[in-house]
Amino acid sequence: MELKAENISFKYPSAKKYLLKDINLELDNNKITGLIGDSGSGKSTLCKILSGYVTKFEGNVTFDGKTLPKKGFKPVQLIYQHPEKVMNPKWKMEQVLAESWDVSDEALNEFGIQKSWLTRFPQELSGGELQRFSVLRSLNPNTKFLIADEMTTMLDAITQVQILDSVLKIVKQRKMGFLLVSHDMNLVDTICDDKIYLKDLNHID
Amino acid sequence: MDKLLDVENVSISFIQYTQGLNQRDLKVITDLTLDIEEGEILAVLGSSGSGKSLLAHAIFGILPENAKLNGKIKYKGKELSQEDKEEIRGKDIVLVPQSVNFLDPLMKISDQAIGNTQNEEEKKEKKIKQREIFEHYNLGPEVDEMYPFQLSGGMARRVLVSTALLSDPKLVVADEPTPGLDEKTVQETLNHFKHMKENGIGVLLITHDIHAALEVADRIGIFYSGYVIEIAKTEDFAGNGENLLHPYTKSLYKALPANGFELTKGHQPLHGEIPTGCPYYNRCDMKFDRCSQERPELVNLGEKKIRCFKYYEEGE
Repeated sequence: MELKAENISFKYPSAKKYLLKDINLELDNNKITGLIGDSGSGKSTLCKILSGYVTKFEGNVTFDGKTLPKKGFKPVQLIYQHPEKVMNPKWKMEQVLAESWDVSDEALNEFGIQKSWLTRFPQELSGGELQRFSVLRSLNPNTKFLIADEMTTMLDAITQVQILDSVLKIVKQRKMGFLLVSHDMNLVDTICDDKIYLKDLNHID
Repeated sequence: MDKLLDVENVSISFIQYTQGLNQRDLKVITDLTLDIEEGEILAVLGSSGSGKSLLAHAIFGILPENAKLNGKIKYKGKELSQEDKEEIRGKDIVLVPQSVNFLDPLMKISDQAIGNTQNEEEKKEKKIKQREIFEHYNLGPEVDEMYPFQLSGGMARRVLVSTALLSDPKLVVADEPTPGLDEKTVQETLNHFKHMKENGIGVLLITHDIHAALEVADRIGIFYSGYVIEIAKTEDFAGNGENLLHPYTKSLYKALPANGFELTKGHQPLHGEIPTGCPYYNRCDMKFDRCSQERPELVNLGEKKIRCFKYYEEGE
């Protein structure tokens, strides 16, 4: 299964210049790719386009030969840097998870989530704990491709290893595609099979 | 000689309502001990959400109403009361806040930097000084007339740093100064701190960014579950981490992608669920029987400090 971007161009309505111009990209589910770029270079915007969150752009994004669905579950899931911003603050954690899928005890264990956390509200957990939920929530059985946009930047090194270790296990087991966006070259070199630089793909002048 | 800043056994708890009129006392910081000398950069390293920013708030006396502070905070050997803190903050001790959000959005940059003045003369004097320091940090005269929203990330950082230096402080407390900045601006910000150090200013750097801490700090205090568990020298973060003392610090070092990306299981106990014994007991691979029941104190070991029974005999 392949996530394919053809001639992607994007600019903000108020801007004169393009942020992204004629980007072509093919990602398959056999290898883990790292995407590297300076801040403000449009990495996050590209991620949103690839996962179907931004729909006003020029060009085509297809997954497995089909355009991304506008409604219903999205096979390409995106994980952000700040988990506290993507959860309903008035829901308890069990509800946050149930929104996506019926998570097994085994999966909870794999991600080191304690049963007692499930009855807490998001603000009662730390960033590292919340990110475990955020990642597990995105791993619905219908998810075929995962994009991690600076997913572990706010976390300490130990939690970073724990979360990535669990994610990569599942990604390999389910043969999912995985794109890791990070500014940490050491991290990209450690876990990715392949790396791409946004500036090499982007044809802005 | 007295230390510039001494933080001794500081604990901070919050009174919270649980259900109805029931209250609970939630301890966020249980035991924080550290000291800073003149011209030294000490980093406090802890994961985000661990409550380390409260330390900065405690030093400046700006904790919220429902917070309870115990322990001693001494400046040049003298214990600070709330009144003392209000007197010296903004003068001897200054804060470099996390982001431009701490500025007044409706006030011009220059006016905010100068702050409150008694008369025209004082204002003029301060204005000259402000211009001098801003110039030094590469902020042109046009910046004086700008409003905070017009600043870029790097400029905002320079404004916050130079405003802090306006009062000739002896101690600068920087709360998470690096996240959300690109590499160049991070480097620039860190250079500002090195520069302060050269001028004899003590810097307390509160951060979750281990790379930033390693780059500028002389010593690094490791904050875990509300405790300072080790104060290590920065050069100990080298090789296989064999000079680091606490098992958590060793794991943290080895978990860095460049040092093996090693997996350690477990998580930090949540606030309010901290065990009776050592806070690291559940994850420790060299624990003794006493660790489950007794809590180790932070002991001196040469220039370092460590909170672990394993080192009790070697320590004082």
